[in-house]
Amino acid sequence: MARITMREAISQAMWEEMERDPNVFILGEEVGVWGGSYAVTKGFYDHFGAERVRDTPIAEAAIIGAAIGSAMTGLRPIAELMTINFAFSAMDHIVNEAAKLHYMFGGQFVLPLVIRAVGGGGRQLGATHSQTPDAVFAHFPGLKVISPGTPADAKGLLKAAIRSNDPVLFIEHATLYQVRGEVPEGDYVIPIGKSTVQRPGKDVTIVTYSKGLEISMKAAEELAKDGIEVEIVDLRSLRPLDMNPVIESFKKTNRAVIVEEGWKSFGVGAEVSSRIYEQAFDYVDAPVVRVAQKEVPLPYNRALEQSALPQPADVVAAVREVL
Amino acid sequence: MDKAKLLDLYYQMVLIRRLEESGAELYQAGKIGGFMHLYIGQEAVSTGLIAARQPQDRVITAYRDHGVAINCGIPANQVMAELMGKVTGISKGRGGSMHMADVTRNFWGGHAIVGAHLPLASGLALGDKYAGRDGVTICMFGEGATNIGYFHEALNLSKVWTLPVLWVCENNMYGMGTAVARASAVSEIQQKAEGYGMAHARVDGMDVMAVYTAAKKAIETVRNGSGPCMLEIMTYRFRGHSMGDPERYRQQAEVKRWEEHDPIGVFHAYLTGNKKATAKVLEEIEGRARLDVQKAVEFAEASPEPGEETLFDNVYVEEV
Repeated sequence: MARITMREAISQAMWEEMERDPNVFILGEEVGVWGGSYAVTKGFYDHFGAERVRDTPIAEAAIIGAAIGSAMTGLRPIAELMTINFAFSAMDHIVNEAAKLHYMFGGQFVLPLVIRAVGGGGRQLGATHSQTPDAVFAHFPGLKVISPGTPADAKGLLKAAIRSNDPVLFIEHATLYQVRGEVPEGDYVIPIGKSTVQRPGKDVTIVTYSKGLEISMKAAEELAKDGIEVEIVDLRSLRPLDMNPVIESFKKTNRAVIVEEGWKSFGVGAEVSSRIYEQAFDYVDAPVVRVAQKEVPLPYNRALEQSALPQPADVVAAVREVL
Repeated sequence: MDKAKLLDLYYQMVLIRRLEESGAELYQAGKIGGFMHLYIGQEAVSTGLIAARQPQDRVITAYRDHGVAINCGIPANQVMAELMGKVTGISKGRGGSMHMADVTRNFWGGHAIVGAHLPLASGLALGDKYAGRDGVTICMFGEGATNIGYFHEALNLSKVWTLPVLWVCENNMYGMGTAVARASAVSEIQQKAEGYGMAHARVDGMDVMAVYTAAKKAIETVRNGSGPCMLEIMTYRFRGHSMGDPERYRQQAEVKRWEEHDPIGVFHAYLTGNKKATAKVLEEIEGRARLDVQKAVEFAEASPEPGEETLFDNVYVEEV
C-alpha cells in the first residue's frame, strides 16, 4: 500500500474512474489548463483532453446546472466548485434541482452527479472563503453529503460517489490535502453512508468527521497520556447518516463529545446529539458536549481566526467535562 | 406540412384549450391543488415549435407546461391525473401542474424556479454533443426569465461550448403582473441574443404556422453545428398568471384585443381559407378533443391516490 496525500488520493480516484468509464468527465473553474486551483486535476487536461476536462466560465449556476443536465442524459459529471463558499451561487441548482429531480418526476430522471467542493477555515481567507457549511447541505433529502477525514477514505468514497446514481456533494477540507496516509491501490471503493471507528477506546465516544478527525486524533493522544482512552467514530457521510457505530460506542462509554468545524447552532453536533438522546437515552451518564466553531464570521487575523476554530485543546477540555 | 399533420396540430391546440378550461373548473372545485398556470392563448407557441422537432430533440420548459406536455405526446389522461395528484399521473402525483415530464417522449420537464432550467438545458445539449448525437435541445422560457442571472450564465456557456440549444423566449408581455418594459432593460428580448453572438428572430406566436416555419429553420440551423440561437415568440396569455391572479395590471380592453387573434381562431381561418379543412371537419376535431378531455377527467377521478407506503419512493435511486 502506498503512503500518499489526500490530494493524491482524490486525484487518483478520479483518474481511475475516468480511465474506467468514458462517461465520466470533469467540469469547473480552472480544472483544465491551470490544473485545478488546488492542483487536484493536475495532468488531467493533457491526458484526457479538453472534452473531458472542461474549463468553465466563472459561473457556478451554469457549472452545476450543466452538470445536472448532462447527468440526466446519462453522463457522469464531476463538477468542481473552487470552494464550497461558491456553492451558494449555485444553491438553487443543488437543492432545488439536484436534490429533487429524481423524486419530483416520479423517478424518471436519474442524476449520477458528483459535486466536489473544497471547504474549511484556517487559511486566513476571510469570512467569505472559509466556511464549513456542510450541515446546510446535509439538511436536504435527495442529496448525499460526504466529507472524508483520511486519504484512504477520500479515495474509496470518491470512487463510490462517481459510481453512484444519486447526486453526491463531496466536501474536501483544504487543510487536509497534505495529510498522508496508507491508500490501497487500484479498485478501492467504500460504500457511502457507513460511519467507522478510527480509534478504539473505552472511556468517551468522540463523534466527528473531516477536519474534526485530525483535531480529535491529536486530542486523543493528549488524553492517552493521562490514561483516558477515547473512541473516535468518523461519520464520513452526513447524509445518509449512519448512527450505528456511534450508538454502539456510546452504549459502551455512556459519554460523548461531538467535534465539527462548522458553527454549533443547527449543526452536525445538534443532529448527532439529538439522535444519541433519542436512541440511547438510558445509557446517558453525562450531557453530550459539542465542540464547534465560535459563532462569528471567521476573521482574517491569524490569531483571531484560530481562536474561533475548534482546537485539540477544546476537545481535551470537553472530554474532561463529560468524564 | 401534409393535411393529416395540420389537422393533428389543430387537435392538439384545441385539446390543450379544453383540458385547461376543464382544469380551471376542477381547480375551483378544489380537485386540483397548488399553483396552476394556464397556457390558454399561447397554444400556438409550443404546438408549432414541437411539431418542428425530430424525435431526438429534447424539450425543456418552465412551469407553464401543460401545453408542452400535450404537444410532446403525453396522453391527456396522464396530464389530468397529474393535475389531480393521482398515482397514474405522468409524475406519479409527485410533481403536480408545474412538474410534468416524460423521458420516453424527450420531454425533460416542467421546472418551477424561474430561469433555473436554462443551465440544465445547456447540460442536456452537452450530453448530446459529448456522445456525438445530433439532437437539439429546445429550451422554452418566459420573457421574465431573461432578467435572472441563470439566463446569462446558460446562454453564455452554450455559446462558449457551441452547444446545440435552441433558446425559445415566449414573450407574453408580463412576468406575473409586471410588464416587460418595467422589468427588462430592453423590451425586444431578441436583442439580448446579440450579447452572446447568437442568431435570433422574432416570430408571431399567435400563428402556429409562423412558429412552425421559424422553428423548423432554427432547429436545423442548430443541428448543423452552428451553435445555439434564439427565437423570441410574441404571444399573450388570455388568463391570469396563475389561478390566483386579480389582474390589476392590465385592461380588459387589451385582453379583448388579443383575443381577436386567438391562435385557435387564426389557425381555423388558415385551414378553412386555404382549403385544408372544412369547418365541419374542424368541428368534429373539436368534438373529439372535448370528449378526450371528458375521458381524461373520468380517468383521473377514478385513479387511485398514491399510497402512503410510496411516500419515500424515489428520494434516492440507491438504497440508503
